[in-house]
Amino acid sequence: MKEKLVLIGNGMAGVRALEELLKLAPEQYDISVFGGEPYGNYNRIMLSPVLAGEKTVEQIMLNDEQWYADNGIRLFKGKWVECVDRARRVVQASDGTTAEYDRLIIATGSNPFIVPLPGKDLEGVITFRDIADVDAMLSACTAPGGKAIVIGGGLLGLEAANGLNKQGMDVTVVHLMDTLMERQLDKPAGALLKASLEEKGLKFLMQAQTEAILGTDKVSGVRFKDGLEVPAELVVMAVGIRPNFKLAEQIGLHCERGVVVTDTMQTYDPRIYAVGECVQHRGQTYGLVAPLFEQAKVCANHLAHIGIARYEGSVTSTKLKVTGIDLFSAGDFTGDDSTQALVLQDPGRGLYKKVVLKDNRIQGAVMYGDTIDGTWYFELMRDGTDVSGFRDSLLFGQAHLGDSGHGDDNRVAAMADTAEICGCNGVCKGQIVDTIIREKLFTLEDVRVHTKASSSCGSCTGLVEALLAHTVGGDYSLSPAKKPLCGCTEHNHDEIRAGIRDNVLTTIPAVRQFFEWKTPDGCSKCRPALNYYLLCQWPGDYQDDNQSRFINERAHANIQKDASYSVIPRMWGGSTTPQELRAIADVAEKYAVRMVHVTGGQRLALYGLSKEQLPKIWGDLNQAGLVSGHAYGKALRTVKTCVGREWCRFGTQDSTALGIELEKMTWGSWTPHKFKMAASGCPRNCAEATIKDFGVVCVDSGYELHVGGNGGVKVRATDLLCHVETSEQVLEYCAAFMQLYREEAHYLERTAPWIERVGLSYIKDKVVNDEAGRNALVQRFHYAQQFAQDDPWAARAQGAEAHEFTPIKQVS
Amino acid sequence: MNHAEKIMTDASGWLEVGRIEDIPPLGARVVRTPDGDIAVFRNAEDEIFALRDKCPHKGGPLSQGIVHGRRVACPLHDWKIHLDSGEAVAPDEGCAARYPVRVEDGFIRLSLTPDEGCADR
Ligand code: SRM
Ligand SMILES: Cc1cc2nc3c(=O)[nH]c(=O)nc-3n(C[C@H](O)[C@H](O)[C@H](O)COP(=O)(O)OP(=O)(O)OC[C@H]3O[C@@H](n4cnc5c(N)ncnc54)[C@H](O)[C@@H]3O)c2cc1C
Ligand code: SF4
Ligand code: FES
Repeated sequence: MKEKLVLIGNGMAGVRALEELLKLAPEQYDISVFGGEPYGNYNRIMLSPVLAGEKTVEQIMLNDEQWYADNGIRLFKGKWVECVDRARRVVQASDGTTAEYDRLIIATGSNPFIVPLPGKDLEGVITFRDIADVDAMLSACTAPGGKAIVIGGGLLGLEAANGLNKQGMDVTVVHLMDTLMERQLDKPAGALLKASLEEKGLKFLMQAQTEAILGTDKVSGVRFKDGLEVPAELVVMAVGIRPNFKLAEQIGLHCERGVVVTDTMQTYDPRIYAVGECVQHRGQTYGLVAPLFEQAKVCANHLAHIGIARYEGSVTSTKLKVTGIDLFSAGDFTGDDSTQALVLQDPGRGLYKKVVLKDNRIQGAVMYGDTIDGTWYFELMRDGTDVSGFRDSLLFGQAHLGDSGHGDDNRVAAMADTAEICGCNGVCKGQIVDTIIREKLFTLEDVRVHTKASSSCGSCTGLVEALLAHTVGGDYSLSPAKKPLCGCTEHNHDEIRAGIRDNVLTTIPAVRQFFEWKTPDGCSKCRPALNYYLLCQWPGDYQDDNQSRFINERAHANIQKDASYSVIPRMWGGSTTPQELRAIADVAEKYAVRMVHVTGGQRLALYGLSKEQLPKIWGDLNQAGLVSGHAYGKALRTVKTCVGREWCRFGTQDSTALGIELEKMTWGSWTPHKFKMAASGCPRNCAEATIKDFGVVCVDSGYELHVGGNGGVKVRATDLLCHVETSEQVLEYCAAFMQLYREEAHYLERTAPWIERVGLSYIKDKVVNDEAGRNALVQRFHYAQQFAQDDPWAARAQGAEAHEFTPIKQVS
Repeated sequence: MNHAEKIMTDASGWLEVGRIEDIPPLGARVVRTPDGDIAVFRNAEDEIFALRDKCPHKGGPLSQGIVHGRRVACPLHDWKIHLDSGEAVAPDEGCAARYPVRVEDGFIRLSLTPDEGCADR
């Protein structure tokens, strides 16, 4: 016999929990759903575009009745649950329908708040919550020019007003405060918003207190405290919502401002779960879908008896869905004595941005006119990143930090359907929008899986998120308090690294077991990460797991699109000798190499080799003293240098020798992502040291050390770490910086995003200011290098891992 | 079969390719044939699977991918392919042809005639 699961409330959070459950354990429960509304499940957020005539009710259905049938779910639509007998575990609806349960989910949402004014019950006074409300509003706007009053200048009120206005009504918004959306916007942004809405034809009565709604049986107008009377045939009350926990309270569950739940989404009766707007979690209630979906996921995880997920609260952000208006806000943007506000204002372009900082961390942000960087600020805020390193350009946005992809081409709404969004995978806007609609996608992750957009280099992530928001409404940018490493676990990178260290976990299976992995062997995302974390933590002892490495690192060569491989030997500091060049030329001829290419990293690459040839070629190269350049690895790559003081008339130090020393010290080390260095002989910087992970710019008085540069997808110039006087110090600081990166960055996070996440001052504290700490880092780096500086080509040239390079059988 | 003379198959058409231990757990090896490579996979449970060594996406060599559970992640763009059916894991679509394979006394035997059903053989 299957267990019985009953859901009360056929809304966005409850049904989402069922969808998540069906993904995890499709056969586990016999499911029944009671919904007060006479429909399947629809996207409530999109009621605003429906009201504005931009969408139809059919277009916003998420799950029609067929979906319930297909999944064997009994849907009791239009049936209100009136009581639950917790002792006998039976739910009963007002018409007498009953259903037994083993587990119950309460997802009863919210009720619109109705101001207790005289006349509130008159015909023509409507709230804005469900399809019935929208129908009522639409049937009220029959005659063009009819007058409507919307009470409430918040998000809901403005969306309602905009919709009615688009339907041809003459709309006045009445607001108690002097700023629209005062909970999301500060005064300047509120004023800009008001001006644009006025341009669209809306009227406003600010700081107006309604005294009564007038009319005998139908509404005829509104009277204010100051005596003013305004005629209207429709009054929309949109002053707020109240969590609907009446039923929960009535059946004796502990409620405060909502049904109180734990981190596992259970109420005080462990058989009863609650999700959505009706819930109070850690003192918070939520009124946006992103956190509710997160709750739904956790709830499903427990219902499926996996039992490892925890809901730890969400940070939310807001966008207004009025076509043509770009507005974003998140966090606390009012500020106080302890905070500082950065403001950018351009009234000519209708642009306003404010970012509130406390101790150089973002507390809140408000943007009007250009919101493309909303997600970026939001992530910086959620991660608590110290922004002092780029504070001076923070307001200009992320694109300002450099972006080889899309610059600030950010008007997604205005883009043609054929506009290419993802340059790596060739995905156009129309394709993404169609897929979002057809597959009912809500998250960036889902869009990546289904369309591949933003799944490669990631430079179009902002655009894809904007498209998602534009298509499904609202803002679904990642709200979970923490991001798991991959789909196999609930734990994030930092937790896993700490767990490996503190619990002395020494193998990948041990880590998976300790953290209760959901999959037997992990996946292509977590296995390489775990292999690296273990290697980094236990350099002397860990037995590298070849099968958990990407092919390039497993074969020590770079796989090509035609399954051939490239071979790039090290050319120390970009310098070479006739003898080395001759050896490379000989190999190129002997093995009929299809191309010899000068790489962007100052060395020579041989292309088009078959896997079987590799060990032989390596053997030949080894003979001439050439070793692996690790061009295939998440490892030290190249150290570019210029000719420096030895030759150049401007050179201040011997940058070539320094680069070679740096490369000799660091080659062979595995890093979270690839690691590149350069040393330039003077500030003309011919070796491009300021876009490297670690760059040295020689100056007359010594060496400037630069960190966190990147020349890839998103160009980022380095931050200046410090100035040192001797080349020994350069080596010392380099080892310390590299080791800190090795020990603390997330797998596949380059130094640039790592520094933006933890903040330059953190790095300076550890590497520059704390001498003892720096020495310890240096020691750990050199200890690890003892085991790493072993040319992987040499062993394989002599026959190690032969199975990797030969077919198991050749059939002719 | 054209190459019948040269190929050491037994009477019922099975070709012995090697022993289970010849393939690392969670790994793969290639059987090279005139009609293209066949990837032979071994998972953590010592189950053996054989697929045409060509990803349905853009022809990536599946034998070079990361094996997990009953799936392999293609080395080129990380599509996941079901080892037991050759089908791409949804929402991706496509398949790599599957070859019958048997294990007896630790020996892997393969048929060089792929199963029906996958258009790209
Ligand atoms: C061979 C080379 C191109 C060339 O022919 O010159 C190259 C080739 C590849 N690069 Fe690169 N990059 C090469 C220099 C660069 C440079 C220039 C440099 O190092 O000064 C950059 C920009 C600098 C930087 O990294 O900050 C560069 C930025 C990238 C990126 C973007 C990284 C980023 O952080 O945004 C990737 C993608 C990745 O690593 O995820 C990438 C990835 C790749 C891969 C490994 C893609 C792949 O996974 O297959 C390419 C392998 C091609 C192959 O067939 O071997 N390559 N790549 C260069 C090898 C240098 C070397 O001697 O080792
Ligand atoms: C016009 C509008 C625009 C919005 N825009 C956004 C936006 O842009 N971004 C955003 O994130 N959020 C937005 N929201 C909020 C979002 O829609 C809600 O947060 C979300 O729908 C809440 O989900 P829920 O499942 O908790 O409640 P609901 O979706 O309200 O579902 C609860 C359901 O339970 C039913 N029910 C209640 N009690 C019972 C009972 N006793 N028996 C049977 N059924 C019962 C109700 O009829 C209802 O259908 C908007 C909301 C509205 C109304
Ligand atoms: S070598 Fe680099 S830039 Fe060129 S195609 Fe490959 S990843 Fe892109
Ligand atoms: S070729 Fe396999 S994923 Fe692209």
